[in-house]
Amino acid sequence: MSNEVNPDGERLLDAPTVRPYVIARGRTEAQDRFDLISLAVTVRPTTGTEIGLDPEHQAIVRLCRRPLSVAEIAAHLDLPAGIVRVLLGDLFDRGFVAVQQPQPEMDVLDERMYKAVLDGLRAL
Amino acid sequence: MAFGRSDGPRMPTAIKLLIAGGFGVGKTTMVGAVSEIRPLRTEETLTDRSVGVDDLSGVEEKTTTTVAMDFGRISIGDDFMLYLFGTPGQERFWFVWDELARGALGAVVLADTRRLADCFPSVDYFERRGTPFVVAVNCFEGAPVFELDEVKMALNLGPDVPVMLCDARSRDSGKDVLIALVKHAYGRRPSAAVG
Repeated sequence: MSNEVNPDGERLLDAPTVRPYVIARGRTEAQDRFDLISLAVTVRPTTGTEIGLDPEHQAIVRLCRRPLSVAEIAAHLDLPAGIVRVLLGDLFDRGFVAVQQPQPEMDVLDERMYKAVLDGLRAL
Repeated sequence: MAFGRSDGPRMPTAIKLLIAGGFGVGKTTMVGAVSEIRPLRTEETLTDRSVGVDDLSGVEEKTTTTVAMDFGRISIGDDFMLYLFGTPGQERFWFVWDELARGALGAVVLADTRRLADCFPSVDYFERRGTPFVVAVNCFEGAPVFELDEVKMALNLGPDVPVMLCDARSRDSGKDVLIALVKHAYGRRPSAAVG
């Protein structure tokens, strides 16, 4: 893999495996913000002319016309989940998507939820 | 946090279930049998957080490993989305397991009686973590048939852990396993002990 560093210390970013980190501009700090099953839904469509939104951002906004999990977005766009978290963080911060976090563990106690899930599974 | 649960449009609540077990035991098959969507694959990139599990003695650089997980989805009305994740089969990816297990309602440990020991790590992991789980013995053709009690003994399971036979290819069978798991998790929820 041609991932060598040139004399100026810049990486030559032609390897496909590097590309996701270019999309995320090297940021990884947002990775812990969203769970794999955090659900995102578009609340404001993009016009395609916004500054700072990459094609991948636009693709997420288009995909999330119905709620989709981080894992699904990643699978549909063929991007690592960590990168999707970063992009989703951008879109959330700029008000394009709403994100619903999953139930924290302590809340997974709700009787109504168990009953609804059991009924739903039985009805499959 | 800014991205709480109440702002924005009404959205379903996502619930996570795990399908664990040894390599080739039928995890993805089971996910596919019960999922309403074709199983999807997502990749988590692990950096140095996996160090300490791999033998990296003398290696100073960060390593990056990509772990792929297959998953499926079942919508329960408009209110809930069940996500079923097949756990990566290799023990050195416990980091992903931790991330996956966080907030999970419960886990199915798939077992193959020809290689029962393959599911020991999963059983150990969920016992240690306190994640409710059931053991489903996938009935491969030609596999030795054991009584469920024998499987239970061989795995040294607690008396309350449900053990059942299943056919990972069958939607109905997978559904029964998930129902057993949700019932078990319901009985195990902390508030159940209080009343």
